[in-house]
Amino acid sequence: MNSTFRALLGATALCAVGGAAAAQDPVTLTIATVNNGDMIRMQSLTQDFTEKNPDITLEWVTLEENILRERVTTDIATNGGQYDVLTIGTYEVPIWARQDWLTPLDDLPAEYDVDDLVPAVREALSVDGTLYAAPFYAESAMVMYRTDLAEAAGVTIPDNPTWTDIKTAAEAMTDKDNEVYGICLRGKPGWGENMAFLTAMANSYGARWFDADWAPQFDSPEWQETLTDYLTLMNEYGPPGASSNGFNENLSLFQQGKCGMWIDATVAASFVTDPEDSTVADSVGFAQFPNKEGVDNHGNWLWAWNLAIPASSQKQDAAKTFVAWATSKEYTNMVAEAEGWRAAPPGTRTSLYENPEYQEAAPFAAMTLEAINSADTQKASVQDIPYTGGQFVAIPEFQGIGTMVGQTFSAALAGQTSADDALAAAQSATAREMARAGYPK
Amino acid sequence: MATRQTASLARLMRAPAIILLLIWMIVPLGMTLYYSFLNYNLLNPAGTSWAGWFNYRYFYTDPAFFDAIRNTLVLVLGVLVITVVGGIAIALLIDKPIWGQGIVRILIISPFFVMPPVAALIWKNMIMHPSYGVFADIAKFFGAQPVDWFAQFPLTSIIIIVAWQWLPFATLILLTALQSLDGEQMEAAEMDGAGALSRFIHLTLPHMARAITVVILIQTIFLLGIYAEILVTTNGGPGNASTNLTYLIYRAARLNFDIGGAAAGGIIAVILANLVAIFLMRAVGKNLD
Amino acid sequence: MARAVSSRAKVGYTVAAWIVALLIFFPILYTIITSLKSEQEAIAGFDLIPSFTLESFRAVQTQNDYWKPFTNSVILSIGSTLLALVVAIPAAWAMAFSPTKRTKDILMWMLSTKMMPAVAVLVPIYLIFLRTGLMDTRIGLTVMLMLINLPIVVWMLYTYFREIPGEILEAARMDGATLRDEIIHVLTPMAIPGIASTLLLNVILAWNEAFWTIQLTTTNAAPLSAFIASFSSPQGLFWAKLSAASVLAIAPILILGWFSQKQLVRGLTFGAVK
Repeated sequence: MNSTFRALLGATALCAVGGAAAAQDPVTLTIATVNNGDMIRMQSLTQDFTEKNPDITLEWVTLEENILRERVTTDIATNGGQYDVLTIGTYEVPIWARQDWLTPLDDLPAEYDVDDLVPAVREALSVDGTLYAAPFYAESAMVMYRTDLAEAAGVTIPDNPTWTDIKTAAEAMTDKDNEVYGICLRGKPGWGENMAFLTAMANSYGARWFDADWAPQFDSPEWQETLTDYLTLMNEYGPPGASSNGFNENLSLFQQGKCGMWIDATVAASFVTDPEDSTVADSVGFAQFPNKEGVDNHGNWLWAWNLAIPASSQKQDAAKTFVAWATSKEYTNMVAEAEGWRAAPPGTRTSLYENPEYQEAAPFAAMTLEAINSADTQKASVQDIPYTGGQFVAIPEFQGIGTMVGQTFSAALAGQTSADDALAAAQSATAREMARAGYPK
Repeated sequence: MATRQTASLARLMRAPAIILLLIWMIVPLGMTLYYSFLNYNLLNPAGTSWAGWFNYRYFYTDPAFFDAIRNTLVLVLGVLVITVVGGIAIALLIDKPIWGQGIVRILIISPFFVMPPVAALIWKNMIMHPSYGVFADIAKFFGAQPVDWFAQFPLTSIIIIVAWQWLPFATLILLTALQSLDGEQMEAAEMDGAGALSRFIHLTLPHMARAITVVILIQTIFLLGIYAEILVTTNGGPGNASTNLTYLIYRAARLNFDIGGAAAGGIIAVILANLVAIFLMRAVGKNLD
Repeated sequence: MARAVSSRAKVGYTVAAWIVALLIFFPILYTIITSLKSEQEAIAGFDLIPSFTLESFRAVQTQNDYWKPFTNSVILSIGSTLLALVVAIPAAWAMAFSPTKRTKDILMWMLSTKMMPAVAVLVPIYLIFLRTGLMDTRIGLTVMLMLINLPIVVWMLYTYFREIPGEILEAARMDGATLRDEIIHVLTPMAIPGIASTLLLNVILAWNEAFWTIQLTTTNAAPLSAFIASFSSPQGLFWAKLSAASVLAIAPILILGWFSQKQLVRGLTFGAVK
């Protein structure tokens, strides 16, 4: 019945890619990607791949990050097999790999040089020593600031600033009459938006999400300090509407010279120094993610967008060929050739950072590599913790919990609740969800 | 004899639609009911087990649950009030002799053709954005601090967006009703010295009662299910300030991947929606003869 | 109308109506204007005169091909509408001309099927689509959209058909018309305007559906709702590109709506006019 049905589909709906094509025949790979700059650039460079692999056709599904995550999760969890290559984050990789949803990438060709991958990133994408996804680009977080504004305001930002330094600088650089705000930080609710920043900030304050028995810790003095200082920074020196600003919004603000400082993902460095899009390209300085005096922790932010192959894909070999191509050294060189070294996908390969041309073109290279290397995703807090992950907690429940907590903190930023109420709400909501999920496990 | 033949023919003609909708209703409803009694998380399929009433209890003890119900009602009522009142006003206005009536009408119905996510994106980025939106530009022009709509007035902002989308629909239906109003009766009333307001209250409004009922009924069905506008703009926040029931279910299903919980939420939503429908039919159904 | 309206009043009404109309249309107008700006202009503050660059449209087209989702949107919206009409016309017809005691209940029940939140049934439907091979096919989505809008279609047709006077039918029968003649020569001409406006409304609703069309497609059947989902929050400056993508997504249906406005309005009463 199924085959007649398929045939019917083929006839009526012009469904050319219908059933399973014979293995040797031309293959069409369906690749799900997020709509950020690097991924879109990759789509425009695929001619090289299709020339080398004339029997592989690429079909793209480009979606906004959250919709992509929804679509891809539903498909992989129902064993749908709609995609052959997925773009997923460091958060999903270990969780999905443990469910056996991803194909191990332990047989990549020698010329791929898997040992060239930045160790921290490789570790984050491996489960029990097996690599399950290939990093396309990786990031940590750091401070980006306007050297001209800092100079004019008479402040210097050290390479390893403390939060006190940041506050002093923010105060000095703020000039609201001219729409210059001392500091721009994420405020948009979401586990990957404001909570990524706030979790990293909390790490640097010595806070933790859960104690060893998985009890949430929002009632701890460290979290209270984190949230209070965050709110003070944003309310006094931040831009209006900060509670709806995520990475993209802050990027535009910074590019237009409205932010004195911006603490966010290191990938932003290449955008804010891009003279085509950024009005402040030649006056951006960089510093490590701040820490609190006496706490030896710089947030431990580590994120990568990766290409992975779902175990449900029927086209494993072709998919592997593509993944290897898109995350190879040659791809990096190709981007450099087409758009200059500054645009090369950062954070994934040691060889890139040893390349003098890159070091010259990307003033942020050393700082980025240092930030990535110093991120410890195995132990993100100075206190004892039962979880892994840096600016997130690597458990399946975190998306939901993180977003819910992000909502409460965002409400506090919007002035709708106090910091104390927000923390209390976060505490009880998290405890509720964790109990439901059956923790402590 | 003819009638019996027609009756059976009528049954035959009705059957496909009824059967299709019956399947369309029963299959998903049955599966949702089933799932609502399972501990079933998409991210942990191995842990699936029987949950009894737990999902229901969990859903309605959600701290956001009563906020969500309240927000749902505020959203539906807010949009209904704006669209009905605004629709009557606009219908009265464009029913008058004006130059360029055709173009005016085209401009007014245009929002109805805009895809909900696009409408939300437009309002969020072009109109209400605190830095680049038109409202912010206006505020700056008058030297005021731009309002951060989605943070300060989240639910109001969403009501504005949704009302903008539905205003054309209400206007059109009310306008057609208005145009069928008996002109002579109006003139007679005018001769008798009835003022414009009294004519409106005693003649126009009763005449439009049916149209208003239709607008309320149809819009309520669509408005109870609003989520795209919330997803694009506020994500239900800040806090739970703009979370409605549908969005709460969306959150369970798409963020927590809690299929059991979302199913329970869906069943609760269906029950509540039907309560609203029954209430509506009681309250205004008579207008539909 | 018999009453003469003073031209001063007409000027007043005209000005008021135009102000209201332009206010309502403004968000769309401003989006169109912004789509013709460069990214730098788009954020430079309020300005109604764009530089008429097509740069953003070009950028959008390079990122995501427009024509394939456009074609899918056309096929899905028209296909699902025709399918819905095939099922709904007989049903509405029967309900209008041989109503039973339960006709109104059935109608209400049909409408109530729309109250199930789509997201709550996503996983069941997703599984059904996977098992039947309907995932990411136009035919699967066409059926889906048909089912979603069927209640509204039935109701709208029913209310329109009900206004067709029964005496005409009787007169035709007296003249010895068969049922077939009755349908072809008497009723169809009278029903066409109602069917036309139902068709238009349903095309609009199907075109604008943005949940199932994203969740149940990948590449083959993805329509414009999925196209716009790839522009909803990109990196960096995106106002002009977002506007261009929005214009592309809504333009076809907007233009259709403008041209068929009269036909649409005629049947869009849901029985509101007596």
